[in-house]
Amino acid sequence: MRTWSNIFWLGTKELRSVFRDVIMVALIVWSFSFSITERSRGIGETVNNASIAFVDEDHSALSAKLRNAFYPPFFKVPEVIKPSEVDHAMDQSRYIFVVVIPPNFEADVRRNRQPTIQLNIDATAVNQASIGAQYIQNILTDEVNHFARRSDIETVEPVGLVIRRAFNPNGTQAWFTAIVSMLDQLSLLTILLTGAALIREREHGTIEHLLVMPLTSFQIAMSKVWANGLVILVAFVLSMNLVVAGMLDVPIAGSRLLLLSGTVIYLFAAAAIGIFLGTIARTMAQFALLLLMIIMPMMMLSGGISPIESQPEIVQPFTWLLPSRHYMAFAQAIVFRGADLEIVWPDLVRIAGLGAVFFTLSLMLFRRSISVSR
Amino acid sequence: MQTPDQPVARIENVSHTYKDVRALDGVSLDIPAGRMVGVLGPDGVGKSTLFGLIAGARKLQTGHLEVLGADMASARERMRVGPRIAYMPQGLGKNLYQELSIAENLDFFGKLFGQNTAERKARVDRLTKATGLNPFLGRPAGKLSGGMKQKLGLCCALIHDPDLLILDEPTTGVDPLSRRQFWELIAAIRAERPGMSVLVSTAYMDEAEAFDWLVAMDGGRVLATGTPAELKSRTKSKDIETAFVRLMPDATAGGKGRLRIPPFKERDGEPAIVANGLTRRFGDFTAVDEVSFEIQRGEIFGFLGSNGCGKTTTMKMLTGLLPASAGEAFLFGKPADANDLETRKRVGFMSQSFSLYGELTVAQNLKLHARLFHLEPERADQRIDELVDRFGLRQDMDALAEALPLGMRQRLSLAVAIIHEPEMLILDEPTSGVDPLARDEFWELLIALSREEGVTIFISTHFMNEAMRCDRISLMHAGKVLVYDTPKDLIRKSKVANLEEAFIGYIEGAMGDDAQTETDALTVLRDAPDQPSTDQEQMEVGRWTFRPGRALAFSYREMMEVLRDPVRLAFAFVGTMVLLLIMAFGISQDVDDLTFAALDLDQTPASRDYLRNYSGSRYFIEKPEIRSKDELERRLKSGDVTLAIEIPPGFGRNLARSANPQISAWIDGANTMRAATIEGYVAGGHNRFLSDVARATGLDAEAGRHAVIEPRYRYNPSFESIYAMGPSIQAMLLLLFPAILMAVSVAREKEIGTITNFYVTPTSRLEFLLGKQMPYIAIGMVNFVMLTLLIVFALQVPLKGSFMTLTLGAFLYLAASTGYGLLISTLTKSQVAAVFAAAILSLLPTIQFSGMIQPVSTLEGGARIMGTLWPTTYYMHLSVGAFTKGLGFRELIPDLIALAAFIPVFTAAAVALLRKQEP
Repeated sequence: MRTWSNIFWLGTKELRSVFRDVIMVALIVWSFSFSITERSRGIGETVNNASIAFVDEDHSALSAKLRNAFYPPFFKVPEVIKPSEVDHAMDQSRYIFVVVIPPNFEADVRRNRQPTIQLNIDATAVNQASIGAQYIQNILTDEVNHFARRSDIETVEPVGLVIRRAFNPNGTQAWFTAIVSMLDQLSLLTILLTGAALIREREHGTIEHLLVMPLTSFQIAMSKVWANGLVILVAFVLSMNLVVAGMLDVPIAGSRLLLLSGTVIYLFAAAAIGIFLGTIARTMAQFALLLLMIIMPMMMLSGGISPIESQPEIVQPFTWLLPSRHYMAFAQAIVFRGADLEIVWPDLVRIAGLGAVFFTLSLMLFRRSISVSR
Repeated sequence: MQTPDQPVARIENVSHTYKDVRALDGVSLDIPAGRMVGVLGPDGVGKSTLFGLIAGARKLQTGHLEVLGADMASARERMRVGPRIAYMPQGLGKNLYQELSIAENLDFFGKLFGQNTAERKARVDRLTKATGLNPFLGRPAGKLSGGMKQKLGLCCALIHDPDLLILDEPTTGVDPLSRRQFWELIAAIRAERPGMSVLVSTAYMDEAEAFDWLVAMDGGRVLATGTPAELKSRTKSKDIETAFVRLMPDATAGGKGRLRIPPFKERDGEPAIVANGLTRRFGDFTAVDEVSFEIQRGEIFGFLGSNGCGKTTTMKMLTGLLPASAGEAFLFGKPADANDLETRKRVGFMSQSFSLYGELTVAQNLKLHARLFHLEPERADQRIDELVDRFGLRQDMDALAEALPLGMRQRLSLAVAIIHEPEMLILDEPTSGVDPLARDEFWELLIALSREEGVTIFISTHFMNEAMRCDRISLMHAGKVLVYDTPKDLIRKSKVANLEEAFIGYIEGAMGDDAQTETDALTVLRDAPDQPSTDQEQMEVGRWTFRPGRALAFSYREMMEVLRDPVRLAFAFVGTMVLLLIMAFGISQDVDDLTFAALDLDQTPASRDYLRNYSGSRYFIEKPEIRSKDELERRLKSGDVTLAIEIPPGFGRNLARSANPQISAWIDGANTMRAATIEGYVAGGHNRFLSDVARATGLDAEAGRHAVIEPRYRYNPSFESIYAMGPSIQAMLLLLFPAILMAVSVAREKEIGTITNFYVTPTSRLEFLLGKQMPYIAIGMVNFVMLTLLIVFALQVPLKGSFMTLTLGAFLYLAASTGYGLLISTLTKSQVAAVFAAAILSLLPTIQFSGMIQPVSTLEGGARIMGTLWPTTYYMHLSVGAFTKGLGFRELIPDLIALAAFIPVFTAAAVALLRKQEP
């Protein structure tokens, strides 16, 4: 009972500190509004605005027709370039795709000679390249077939295929990006806020003051976790309702209450990492570097940028240790698939477990880190 | 040189305000030249602000200020006169670089004033011999005693023969022997350079007796000026301390008599504190060496010694904050133990630095501590009420603690420390910087606590008159307790007039011959020939002046500091390499190992043929078959499968009958990018099946096509993301790490106070910024080479293009990324803010908008703008171009130009925003 009362009262002091710091509050607001909307809106559909050029050596009605099949927003309006320009233009990354239509193309199609269209792909733009190339191939094939048959009648294939996307039927990219960027901000700000709170207290000497009072390291650390976590939680709720569901129109399929509870668990884990880094780092500069080392993998390897299952076997054990990876799985399951507790509980257990590990580690290092810092 | 009758500084109606605190309030004053002028007054009366203004370190807000004939409001005149002024700010070694040795510190200051190697050597030699620092030239400033730090600070100030020497509380926190030596040194220097004016402030009233002319200040105003004798006769006082108290505007001030201390009555029972051979070592440095003493219950025990002599460390060991390296300590008969919460409840502690929460009000601070000590709510209110009245805090209950004057803050600290009615108080220099009147009031409270409530008080101080009030004192020097006894007995035993003399005697005894060499050294100064003064013209500085020598002095110094913090370097180098490996392997945009399961409602050879197109694919991993529609939904929901293929009943029969059966593919659409890729795979698998069907019926599927589309994956034929990821991640790392390192560096100088050296020396902003930037560019280049080797050899991504161009690009890029760091650093005041801003503002454009995930050309709106205006975009492009596309210099010129364009923008903004004075 006394323990919890101490944690409560220490936490109220943390809250006051955060709200007195105008820059900090401004950065939190920026992170949970502008940076989420910009990222979701900025990164458009799966294939968006892809730059494409044509080398048209045929100059026929068909080649013009093919060109006209590409239009915004998926593709930019195709430009026509000379054959000699292809290499240079691709070197400069002016176009991701260059379609080369050979001479006499239309005539060859008429005569059923199966002429070859060359599709140059800048394979360093991996994502756009692979998906875009499929689109382009489909579009070109459809157009040529259509032209060859001179009719709109589809040939009936022996087996039909209906592809349905569950949970996001139109494949709106912004939905996914919004959730991912929300999680990135959640991790970054929670770790930064909690870790910096600890280091600042140490630099100002107030931590010693706390340590000579009848308070335990557990109480001090826990108060920072709940107070800073609460600040971010409020930001999260506002952002989820106003920005993600409001401005970006992302439907939340599952239970918001479950999402909130899972987020609370995750905030504990992230704050524990913050405290942990705060106890390892001696100075603010060291903390900043450590933060980068932990936050970059969290942002890039938790499944937001590339799916977890595609990671090589060597990397997977590392990313398993990132609570953000499990939280990402959890949040996606709730928001998109409408999953319930029965499905997501293993993720929650892992997040809580990892949080407990980091928290315990920081408690073990807590006093030692204070005494070494003089 | 000034003529003696012209004032060295003419101050007319100068006021200075910080936010809403008025530090100086219409001060008008002429400071006579060629004299030793002392400014007296407690902390926070505006002494330091006044000195900062005179030194040119602070920006003049209102009023007129002329120093050495120059108008300090004009940047040009300030620059002209700057080199003739030397300024030593308040705080032990505040403007010294703690990691650098004595010689390196002095050398650095010499370089700033454009002295050549020979001249510097001669000057350093002469100054260090005169101050007795010569034998310790290689010792880092951080490891010097307080007295030595101040001597070094003085040497640094004197390196360029200033005409005006400004010393802000140079002897606060220094032991009495060093203090005496310091003043002897000043006297010797003045004897050598009689034209030099010295402006000094002090909190020790006894020192003021020796000054030529005094300025007494309080509340941002000048109370009185004159020679010590004049002031004393005007106030009819015997000493300056009394004179000062009588000058204070409050009429009550003079009325109070001397403190009366009832005699201490020894109590029975075990001692409150016992220390037995306490020792604490930090590395090879022994901070506390075999310290033993006993403190009786109810006693006021004084702990006397200079800063850095081990007082604070000893106290920390007693409170359990620091474990002892050897020896033991007992509080109330129990061993001092960090985890003993019960003992902690019986002890109140007040640490040296202000340890309350400045962002809370007085009432909130009191209440917080009452809660933390678990006072019953009614009891807490009652206790707070009682303390507030007793400590005179009533009218300030709603003021923020940080806004209180120092004396009030200390009273609040004491109130907080005794809120739980402890039996013992440990107070670490509670009165340091507090004015004499407030100190007496503070002591009244202490005496009452001790004598009326029987609280044991263990207090450290460096004021001799406070030590005299203690029942017993111990003298500590260089980690050892020299002696402990009652003050009167100490004086009697040493056969001297006062405690200070006794203390000096003990220190001299402990130091042996060392003390003697220092006094001898003073003669060196008198005998030394006059040095030619450095060319004045060379020192003139404008905003854009650039003298490589000075910039390099900053670079060299920064480099030495970084090299002596190997942890930072290790994080930077090892961190980037580890991250490169993990992320380049981890971010794979080759989507494979996808889970799929079939809902085969047909179960015929035809349906199994169809599914073989997926189960045989390297992209898919087959999971146990799905049995029902419900199960399909559930397994997609749980994320168990990302693709479910539903084959309708009668598929085989309908296929044979050409009845056009329909297959349904369900894709988990949560991750849109992945879903799009899977769509492609599914269409591919389906088409393969169709060709097989056609072939089985004797048709050549290929023949049905009207045109062939031949994809050519350029630059990366195997289409593996590592070829794009390796170089891209290098680009990210080379922005984030150098930018953060850089951002902290200037903010750190602001926080520590060494930025003052930039304010008061003839250094232009450009020299300062470029000088600090160069080492980080160099570190970045080393990092670049390491990462490039790692990419080529560990990631096996060949560097097909021009290495020279890549290197040039990296150099320009690092100049831009450190430039960004500098810009953030000039904008922020604290390291926390610098880290926050640098990280939060750069992570998004670097990771998301620079083309690693999506080419910048495909972005929209704000993202597109940010991506276009961010250097990573161009370096990432250049890096991928050079590595994977095999491009050379000519093809990469546009990127190089774009990168180069960022440098002047960031640097110009940083120069424009960096202030050459404190606000």
